Amino acid sequence: MGKYITKRILLAIVTAFVVASATFFVMNMVPGGPFLGEKAVTPAATKALEAKFGLDKPLSEQYLTYMEDLLHGDLGISVKKRGRTINQIIATKFPVSAKLGGIAIVLAFCVGVPLGSYAAFHRGKIIDNLIILFTTAGIAIPSFLSSTLLMYIFSAKLGLLPSKGLDSFASYIMPVVALALYPTAYMARLMRSSMLDVMGQDYMRTARAKGVSEVKSIFKHALRNAILPVVTYLGPLMAQLMTGSFIVEKIFTIPGLGHEFVGAITSRDYPLIMGTTIFLAVFLIAMNVIVDILYAIIDPRIKLK
Amino acid sequence: MEENKIKKNNLSLQLNVDDFVPATADEKLSIVKERESVSFFKDGMRRFRKNKIAMGALIVVLIILFLAFIVPIFYPYSYDVQMKGAERLAPMQYSEAELELIAQGEKVFPHILGTDQNGRDYAIRVMMGARVSLTVGIVASALILIIGATYGAIAGYFGGKIDLFMMRIVDMLYTVPDVLIIILLASTLKYPLEKLSTLPGFSWITVIGPNMISMFLVFGLLYWVGMARIVRGQIMILKQSEYVTAAKALGAGNGRIIRKHLLTNCIGTLIVTTTLQIPSSIFTESFLSFLGLGVQAPMPSLGSLASNALNGMQSYPLRLFAPAFMIFIIILSFNLLGDGLRDAFDPKLKN
Repeated sequence: MGKYITKRILLAIVTAFVVASATFFVMNMVPGGPFLGEKAVTPAATKALEAKFGLDKPLSEQYLTYMEDLLHGDLGISVKKRGRTINQIIATKFPVSAKLGGIAIVLAFCVGVPLGSYAAFHRGKIIDNLIILFTTAGIAIPSFLSSTLLMYIFSAKLGLLPSKGLDSFASYIMPVVALALYPTAYMARLMRSSMLDVMGQDYMRTARAKGVSEVKSIFKHALRNAILPVVTYLGPLMAQLMTGSFIVEKIFTIPGLGHEFVGAITSRDYPLIMGTTIFLAVFLIAMNVIVDILYAIIDPRIKLK
Repeated sequence: MEENKIKKNNLSLQLNVDDFVPATADEKLSIVKERESVSFFKDGMRRFRKNKIAMGALIVVLIILFLAFIVPIFYPYSYDVQMKGAERLAPMQYSEAELELIAQGEKVFPHILGTDQNGRDYAIRVMMGARVSLTVGIVASALILIIGATYGAIAGYFGGKIDLFMMRIVDMLYTVPDVLIIILLASTLKYPLEKLSTLPGFSWITVIGPNMISMFLVFGLLYWVGMARIVRGQIMILKQSEYVTAAKALGAGNGRIIRKHLLTNCIGTLIVTTTLQIPSSIFTESFLSFLGLGVQAPMPSLGSLASNALNGMQSYPLRLFAPAFMIFIIILSFNLLGDGLRDAFDPKLKN
């Protein structure tokens, strides 16, 4: 177990390092640099700006400086938003995204898992087919479509919910639903198939044969085994919600990290793009490690690998 | 004659010559199996044809392919021609110039979905958008198939340290947040590629568009890992079969065994995984186009059409609904088709 965890963590560190290095070099492949597009900047001023941000030094030196700063937890300064460090920007914007994504995950889990199990218990009945219909449709709708359609119906046509910002409880409803739709459908599908699989296992028959009540056999035996694939999915799900939230935040004008990231791309604020990428990458890699370890704890058989 | 009359001893080893006469046609027929032998492909197709949902999905996919690739050739309007005086037409509405033509007795093809703010027929734009999205999906999946299958086969076949090393790389790529990297590469590769396209011999880049190329690059770089994992698992099981040992004993090289014996035996998995990869590539493409990192104007993509329609959502909802519905139908039908193929060709993979 300890060896497995150490291995996972080491791999994660290497991955994070590779992502950070790749990001750095990809950003520097771009000719011109961040100050090229600005109006009324004299060559001298450009030089001065480049010197200020250390862009006039050779690439290898820039890389070493960046990596050193990174190890100290310093992601640099935004070139477009003068005087603000990227750490500050992330510190103010990330909680907004994390809250939204977190609510969506909880919602998706609380709806998807029971829905999938319910369908499995009523296999072949009308309710099962209805759930299959819903989940099949659910995984065919990208988040930008669900958000725009929700917005059209509830904001533009019915005027029930606010279309912008995150000021009230009501304003959370649409972004959360738009974010949670795909993972809910996906989890329900996973849960249904793994529940069907588990219900056919010998230990379920044994449990029933020794007189365990229906409720207890479901919660103690079936659910605990069937939920494993869903747990594995939680890691990639974080990634999906984080990236899906770019779109949702853009559409609903939510001041989150995704919105900031998309803005940084259009304004070519390289340090901010890099900082956000590295931050999100490290966050997601860490989530994947946690999920993997969690998985090994829930399912002791995994240890053997 | 005389010999035949002698009662044959049951224990005698003497052979009866009559037993060695060639069989007649009638006799041969009786030996033929009751059912013709079915090949793997035929067997799968038979199972597939029984699946009504999958067959329905296949028909929808064919209709979409027809709309996207055949219909635009004959369609009277072009996706990039801006018709003056025909801006923002409602569905089936005619512009004044066209109404005059009709009054003169000429036939004018209706704008089934109206026109956009630049006077371009919207129906053809949606169809072209579907063409772009489908092309991206299919090309990306082909790339993923080639890279993933080769990589996975090599890792699975050689095993040991090679496998360990190769799979560590896969593990690493697996945890890389792909969409982040796609956005990063798509936004940064745009300028170097634009520069490259001005050089002689690289003018084809402008035809495809730098964004599309960077998208394919990213798919080729990152998305093959899932395929590689699945293929590796299959190969590891298959390489222990007797026919591989037999091929080895007959002196077949590693390359031949992988190509002729192992990969052909996981063809079911390859078909299924590739089919299911198409909708997920289209998903990503429409997402990127929505962010403005997809295809270049005037070429439409379903994602960029939906994105452009967002501003006029209140007054022209159809412009949002048409591409949105198209994306939904494409992803849904490919998903169902892939599920059906999986059930037919790879029953073990079910669940």
